[in-house]
Amino acid sequence: MVNILYFASFREMLGQADEQLPAEHKTVSELIAELASRGDNWKQALQDNTNLQIAVNHDVASRETTIKSGDEIAFFPPVTGG
Amino acid sequence: MSNTATDYPFIKIQEADFDLTEENARLRAGHKDIGAVVSFVGTVRDINEGDQVSILELEHYPGMTEKALEKIRLEAHDRWSLEASVIIHRVGKMYPTDQIVLVAVASRHRENAFHAAHFIMDYLKTNAPFWKKETLPNGEVRWVDSRVSDKEAEQRWAQ
Repeated sequence: MVNILYFASFREMLGQADEQLPAEHKTVSELIAELASRGDNWKQALQDNTNLQIAVNHDVASRETTIKSGDEIAFFPPVTGG
Repeated sequence: MSNTATDYPFIKIQEADFDLTEENARLRAGHKDIGAVVSFVGTVRDINEGDQVSILELEHYPGMTEKALEKIRLEAHDRWSLEASVIIHRVGKMYPTDQIVLVAVASRHRENAFHAAHFIMDYLKTNAPFWKKETLPNGEVRWVDSRVSDKEAEQRWAQ
């Protein structure tokens, strides 16, 4: 299983903050494709979003990153701190 | 995986306000070789994108935030000769004129402290997982959009 987190506007758009899914051995891109099949809001937030930010285990990652068991995958919009 | 506050003693993510004088004293404690302290304090404006703002709410990604800020801090220590540095970022609800963020850097000579503080703030803006949500006086709530100018500010430090 992997832990998936959604932050800020994504959490509100997708209606959830986190979930656990069996996604080991997939790439982030494959995980996104699976999530995008849930509906338009998922497709819009994750798959069609050129500004999508991805982190795996607290480090910036890309769509090509391969997921391992126990990983924490986070999806979020561009950051606006400071 | 999860980290504790003691993993990053020079990074603080907190709801509480901070006291600039106290933080500067803490930064300098035990150092007699410091000749320059540069402190940047970011504060809540009551105007954004031409609209009045009543409340600013800061959300972050616990765990990644501390790691990302420590990475930026250590990068600054690699690039310039620094004696000490600290980053404090508040989260939760804030109001116009409140302090949001402190970056304080100490070095022997001013040049390094000026550059490092500027660098840390520019990188924090585009690399640390914080998100701002603002409430307008009419009750409208909106997420603040990232700015192209912040990305450009980061680029000036590209080596």
